[in-house]
Amino acid sequence: MSQVDWQSYRCHDFHDELMAAPGKPRDAARMLCDALAGFDADELAERKAAAEVAIRTMGITFTVYSEGSMIDRAWPFDIVPRIIPADEWRRTEAGLKQRVEALNLFIDDLYHDQKVVKDGVLPAEVLAQSVNFRPQCVGVSPPHGTWAHICGSDLVRGDDGTLYVLEDNLRIPSGVSYMLENRNVTKRVLPELFASGHILPVDDYVPQLYDMLAGLSPRYWDDPQVVVLTPGIYNSAYYEHAYLAQQMGVQLVQGSDLVVGDDDVVYMRTIQGLTRVDVIYRRIDDDFLDPEAFRKDSTLGVPGLMRAWRRGTVALANAPGAGVADDKVVYTFVPELIRYYLDQDALLPNVPSYLCMNEGDRHYVQEHLDELVIKPANESGGYGMLIGPHASQAERAEFSRRIESDPRNYMAQPMLKLSTTPTLFEGRPQPRHVDLRPFILSGQDDAYVTTGGLTRVALVEGSLVVNSSQGGGSKDTWIVEMGES
Amino acid sequence: MLMLSRVAENLYWVARYIERAEDTARLVNVTSHLMLDMPERQPLGWSAMIDITGGAEAFERLYDERTDHNVVQFLCADRHNPGSILSALALARENLRTTRDVVPREVWEGVNQLYMTACSQAECGLGPSCLDLFLGQVINGCQTLTGLVEGTLSHGEPRTFMLLGQQVERADMTTRIIDVRSGNLLPRNDDEILPFVHLQWMSVLKSLTAYQMYRQHVRLRVCAVDVLTFLLQDPHLPRSVARSVRDLSDALQDLPRHERALAAATRIRADVAEADVSALVSSPEALSAFIDEVQVGLGRLHDAIALTYFPSIHALGEVEPINVAQA
Repeated sequence: MSQVDWQSYRCHDFHDELMAAPGKPRDAARMLCDALAGFDADELAERKAAAEVAIRTMGITFTVYSEGSMIDRAWPFDIVPRIIPADEWRRTEAGLKQRVEALNLFIDDLYHDQKVVKDGVLPAEVLAQSVNFRPQCVGVSPPHGTWAHICGSDLVRGDDGTLYVLEDNLRIPSGVSYMLENRNVTKRVLPELFASGHILPVDDYVPQLYDMLAGLSPRYWDDPQVVVLTPGIYNSAYYEHAYLAQQMGVQLVQGSDLVVGDDDVVYMRTIQGLTRVDVIYRRIDDDFLDPEAFRKDSTLGVPGLMRAWRRGTVALANAPGAGVADDKVVYTFVPELIRYYLDQDALLPNVPSYLCMNEGDRHYVQEHLDELVIKPANESGGYGMLIGPHASQAERAEFSRRIESDPRNYMAQPMLKLSTTPTLFEGRPQPRHVDLRPFILSGQDDAYVTTGGLTRVALVEGSLVVNSSQGGGSKDTWIVEMGES
Repeated sequence: MLMLSRVAENLYWVARYIERAEDTARLVNVTSHLMLDMPERQPLGWSAMIDITGGAEAFERLYDERTDHNVVQFLCADRHNPGSILSALALARENLRTTRDVVPREVWEGVNQLYMTACSQAECGLGPSCLDLFLGQVINGCQTLTGLVEGTLSHGEPRTFMLLGQQVERADMTTRIIDVRSGNLLPRNDDEILPFVHLQWMSVLKSLTAYQMYRQHVRLRVCAVDVLTFLLQDPHLPRSVARSVRDLSDALQDLPRHERALAAATRIRADVAEADVSALVSSPEALSAFIDEVQVGLGRLHDAIALTYFPSIHALGEVEPINVAQA
């Protein structure tokens, strides 16, 4: 029977998260690699099966729409964790906090004096063409000046071993429940490895989230009524909405459960009557939040919600309009924004990017479409992108036309050599590309960063697409304390 | 934690639809058995069944003729009939889908499974031999769900709303059965002796699974006045109108702001308790009028529950006193 043989694990010319070279695990991964090598094939298969059973019985699902009907799919999961040494993580954490602090100052500036534009740091046309800038938010001062309370930033590691920020999700980033559940599953499947105590725990997130939300309450003297607002069961992240509400012990509400009174206060309809709501963790896009202020045809939202928010009778997390900083063109300015607002150098580098609105960059992009990844400014979930090297001639020509007609809407990045990590297929670890989405909470006090984050893995050999809606899976992420031992 | 109005309404309807599916299955089951006992010259149409379930209008729209096949199809499997067994199960499922986190996981799985099984069974056809199996599965499945809720859902508001839905539906169905089944069993004049009346009164009892209980408690030969007294007023029979409304009244006491609904329930209880059954038996018209009154009462009770607890479609300000709970 074949066992896990690290000698035969080949990671080609990518950086591998666990293996420094064939047969040579990185320091932080040694304990794990030795343990896996000690399993025989049956034992490995049993552990994998145990994970599948755990996922089914715990009911961890995500929702996909297929042929007009809704399907709950089991969460695709790999049992081999991805490992990051704690000292590297502490530097990353500091970089993420720095980034989100600057982004919050930036958003607040945009909705007030727009000094950043007046001082010539951000071109006026970038702001003018931003689809996520909400005029309805101008002049509003949310509690503590914080707009992006929950941020999910995607990190990728290049072949030079550096972690780069690929994008910041400041609207309604999802995935944190899977991060927490991945740990629960892994604890069941590889319990002996947790006994060492070197793996840092992740489960402080939910209490931190609740405290942050409660801290936004306009009625700080009273027990705050916090709710999670979901678009409903047909949303792909409904599992997460229900999970977070349940874990925090708060109500999971839909738009129709809430009503805004003539007093501009938000109430929820309960069997006791109408009950005041103080803080809404909303998982509905700005566009659908309030038909009075945004899309009139929205049936998911709450008429009058923006009125109440502007009056300060209710807190919304994230604040409407926060998405203005979650634009792939604004992204390229983040290092300058950090310098401008904090007078610091960015601790975490951006992926080098070309802005199609700059003529020089645009020509370069159009001439090198076959080497670049082209992204529209405001899409998420990996939609609307062109992966140059994998695209057909016709697709590249089409993108060239689109860039020509709307340059502000496109940016390009070199094809990254994303790092790989061992992932089990047919009883053998094989390299698969991964990214990492940590979550950053910002409220009144110091920001909080998850211990690690959600590692997403492209399950198809050679693929770089990690989105669960497009064939991606995930795995546990271990931040491992090195040292004495 | 406070209970959302939407959740309360969904759970109420989950229980109503499960009860409706079960009661309809019982009714079809007993009728199909009874028909086997009736002589050919005394045909008992399936026709009455359409009236019991209040589906005459829907039926006329969908079918030309009240043939056995059409009626069975309409009552059991027709998705265009909102009162059919499959529609009721589908609606129970849709109502539970958004509130399944409130009840134990087995309840959701049970509803799901019952619906799927019933659908595939119905697709295979509902001929005489298959019908028995189909109905048996539905009745068993509904009973299992009721048992699951009873045995696993904590006493509290979610359970209370399920009980309200179940009892409102049960009382409603019992009165419908009495209404339609008794109307043509009661003599128009004293000399008239209808054949097979005895058999038919037994079937009324059986459709409510009340035959054995009747024998134990009444111990008399099955006769109209005793059967009606038993089904309307017996304090112990789970499906008597009096018992359903009493259970419901007890449950309402646990809810906040129950005054309006409790008053509606109390009024039904008084009407039922004060009914002079022997007088009703001697006049089909009087019985029919009485049943109508009870049904109107049940409708009023439902409205009171909905108005007090369920999400209002009115804008704020049009609703009655705003009760802002402040801790």
